[in-house]
Amino acid sequence: MNKPLRRIAIFCGLLVLALLVRDNWIQYVQADELKNNKHNHRVLMARYSQKRGNIIVDGQPITGSVATNGTDFKYKRTYKNGKMWAPVTGYASQAYDANQIEKLEDPFLTGNDDRLFFNRTIDMITGKKQRGGDVITTLNGKAQKAAYEGLGNKKGAVAALDPRTGKILALASTPSYDPSTIAGADDAKEWKALQPKDNKDDPMLNRALRQTYPPGSTFKVVTAAAALENGKYTDINAPTKSPLPWRLPLSTKNLDNEGNIPCENATLRQALRYSCNTVFGKLGDDLGKDKMREQAEKFGFGKEFLTPVRANASVYPEDMDRPSNAMSAIGQYDTRATPIQMAMVAAAIANDGKLMKPYMIDSLRAPNLSTIEQNKPEEMSQAVSPENARKLQDMMKTVVDEGTGTKAQIPNVEVGGKTGTAQHGVANSKNPYAWFISYAKGEDGSPVAVAVVIEGSDTIRNDIAGGRLAAPIAKDVMKAVLDSEK
Amino acid sequence: MSSTSNTTTISTVGPPSRRNTELAMLVFAVIIPVFAYANAGLALSDEMPSGMLSYGIGLGLLAGVGHLVVRKFAPYADPLLLPIATLLNGLGLVLIWRLDQSRRLAQRAASIDQVYAAAAPKQLMYSAMGVALFVGVLILLKDHRILQRYTYISMAAALVLLVMPMFFPAKFGARIWVTVGSFSIQPAEFAKIVIAVFFAGYLMVKRDALALASRRFMGLYLPRGRDLGPILVVWGMSILILVFETDLGTSLLFFGMFVVMLYVATERTSWIVFGLLMSAAGAVGVATFEPHVQERVNAWLDPFAAFEKGTTDQIAQALMAFGSGGVFGTGLGQGSSDLIGFAANSDFILATVGEELGLAGTMAFLLLYGLIVERGVRTALAARDPFGKLLAIGMSAAFAIQVFVVAGGVMGLIPLTGMTMPFLAYGGSSVLANWALVAILIKISDTARRPAPAPAPSTDAEMTQVVRP
Repeated sequence: MNKPLRRIAIFCGLLVLALLVRDNWIQYVQADELKNNKHNHRVLMARYSQKRGNIIVDGQPITGSVATNGTDFKYKRTYKNGKMWAPVTGYASQAYDANQIEKLEDPFLTGNDDRLFFNRTIDMITGKKQRGGDVITTLNGKAQKAAYEGLGNKKGAVAALDPRTGKILALASTPSYDPSTIAGADDAKEWKALQPKDNKDDPMLNRALRQTYPPGSTFKVVTAAAALENGKYTDINAPTKSPLPWRLPLSTKNLDNEGNIPCENATLRQALRYSCNTVFGKLGDDLGKDKMREQAEKFGFGKEFLTPVRANASVYPEDMDRPSNAMSAIGQYDTRATPIQMAMVAAAIANDGKLMKPYMIDSLRAPNLSTIEQNKPEEMSQAVSPENARKLQDMMKTVVDEGTGTKAQIPNVEVGGKTGTAQHGVANSKNPYAWFISYAKGEDGSPVAVAVVIEGSDTIRNDIAGGRLAAPIAKDVMKAVLDSEK
Repeated sequence: MSSTSNTTTISTVGPPSRRNTELAMLVFAVIIPVFAYANAGLALSDEMPSGMLSYGIGLGLLAGVGHLVVRKFAPYADPLLLPIATLLNGLGLVLIWRLDQSRRLAQRAASIDQVYAAAAPKQLMYSAMGVALFVGVLILLKDHRILQRYTYISMAAALVLLVMPMFFPAKFGARIWVTVGSFSIQPAEFAKIVIAVFFAGYLMVKRDALALASRRFMGLYLPRGRDLGPILVVWGMSILILVFETDLGTSLLFFGMFVVMLYVATERTSWIVFGLLMSAAGAVGVATFEPHVQERVNAWLDPFAAFEKGTTDQIAQALMAFGSGGVFGTGLGQGSSDLIGFAANSDFILATVGEELGLAGTMAFLLLYGLIVERGVRTALAARDPFGKLLAIGMSAAFAIQVFVVAGGVMGLIPLTGMTMPFLAYGGSSVLANWALVAILIKISDTARRPAPAPAPSTDAEMTQVVRP
């Protein structure tokens, strides 16, 4: 009987061996994957097991941590003026994960980041609790306040950049939400009330980075840039060959202007000043969709980018016929842009054609206040030549000095801008979007470029909407930046 | 004289009794859980647990009584079985106590209107009863061969034990409990031993018929049709258990044990082939029409899909507990294996080991189980009578299969079945039955290693049979 007994012994050994191999598989080979699995509640518990690092604006934290008495979480996230800063911080919730900076820099904020290994080790030896690092943002508190308060209870968004570096100075979106209300573990009711399904205002949508709107007449700046870059016109003060009325190509329909404005054979400067649909529509048609899109992409259209919070891609449509291209050239049809994208257009022109990559995290600071990572400005593209950029600045300055954008004037400061009112809905039935993009310029270049969009400006339907509703907000934001520069 | 005695298996001088080895090992088996208890207490509440002294004394007393009884009634027994069982039982108590302290489990119980009662004191009581049973078996069972007399009574008892749960309501999707008032037992745990006795007695008698009356076909010995009877009956029983009690583990355990014992008794590989084919057919057949089994198979194939769909989060939670433990674990009391919630201190107790003691600790536990099985198999090899051999190998194989089925299920190696880790998990039936199992193994090993009584001196034999090199 002993031979089969020995075989059974081997069989039992194999059973134990199989268990040992499996154990090594799940506790060694797959350990990290299981440890960081999105369903693993331990990740969340670790996130709140110590005070979280803060997000800093102008040297002051806009976040905090408060001790709680739950089984799972020792601390809870708090926000100062959460509604205003939500588009920057995102939220960190014990029940619903986190997003934006709170999510992207989570390892650093919790102190688990590999770059904080040395700090952790020192803390462990000296018996201190693990601490998280701080995230220093590029934002400007005053500009953000101007943007958020300017939007007030209207629906819209503001994005402001430093054209010289690409630093994001303001990023506001309304209606907004206070991330403090959903930071706890039992905030299901508050969370539900913020979801698009139950809240048609969609307050958690970061309009400045994620919502694409038809840019309307503000896109004419891009069309003008394409015309200059492609040598269609070189002198912005020379008359263009622009008939009035102008019939859309391959169509029986005329492209109309807003009101009776002097657009027949207008110069580029005058066409932008009065926002002539006919002139820019024809320009777009003359250049063709490929050249138009090429110029738009130089300004950053066509792909999403990371600030490091993701910004959605803005679109210049690809497959379309000639009349659609002409409509797209004046920012209608399927052309769509995010507020940050239009701020980048203004910024590139203000920075003499050089487009800097927008970013909102200046540096990461360890708990011992040493800087772990410093972000540097990065060039994205040369959108237009410096010479053409200056021509475009000249044209945009005219818009603010004596055109549709007079409300953005700041005494003793050179300001250039462009208004826009984008139609949308079936047969343009919905309230239009009011746009304004602008920059301010000082002696050492331009410190600020802004894009403002307001949805559903219900009273005014013509092109002045952008000038009347959006321009004052842009002005306040620019002024806030200029004041803090001094 | 001494040169001849070394060449025979049965000697009059005999091997050392190894009782002192056992005592030394037992000291470790008591001290390690006491330190583990202190460790868990310090981690959970920054102070030494209050019951530490009484726990240490209690475990020490149980081990001491066990040892003294073995010394008296089974002096030549295997020296490792008792210390390993004590160590596992002691560490199990620490783990159960540690899970008792979980606020999360208390809240969970409150949320489903259950009274949250500490399980560790009850388990300590079960352990005491288990050791009492161990002592009882050692004292009352003078020789394991006595059990052979009860072959057919065992069969009847096993049938009763296995069929009983069918008449009681299902708990947590499986009918494996017999509930009387607030008291419930899992008869399958006891049936494991009883049925091993029956198989050993039956196969010892029938082994020649089963082994020899066969035809050779394609390299395999095919048994005669009528000899297939017993295996078909056991197979049928297993399937019935699976269908009516939805208890995959027990069904697998009994069938596996029977096939192993049949193979050992007959030395015919064909039985293994038959066994595998039949269990495969049974498993596939039942899985196709039994939703409970299907659900478990699906949860095993993709634990995280089951987690997301909300059918069960147990396997995913257990896997995440293992993964979060990593190589060295979080340390006792510092993990979050209580996230598993349901049955954290019974079926899933190995996940707590995995998270808090890490890969190193889990492997140590698996090796301890492996060692028990190895000592059991060694006992079977050393046993001098076929009944003892069969009984020892049957119980060892059952133990091995049970560990494999439970640990494999919790670790996601095979579909999950409702069984408990021997000695470690919370549960009276399991603790009692496994102490009884170890007692019988110890008894067999004692008989196996016991020196034969010295032959009566015969002077003329000496005169004629002197062999000189």
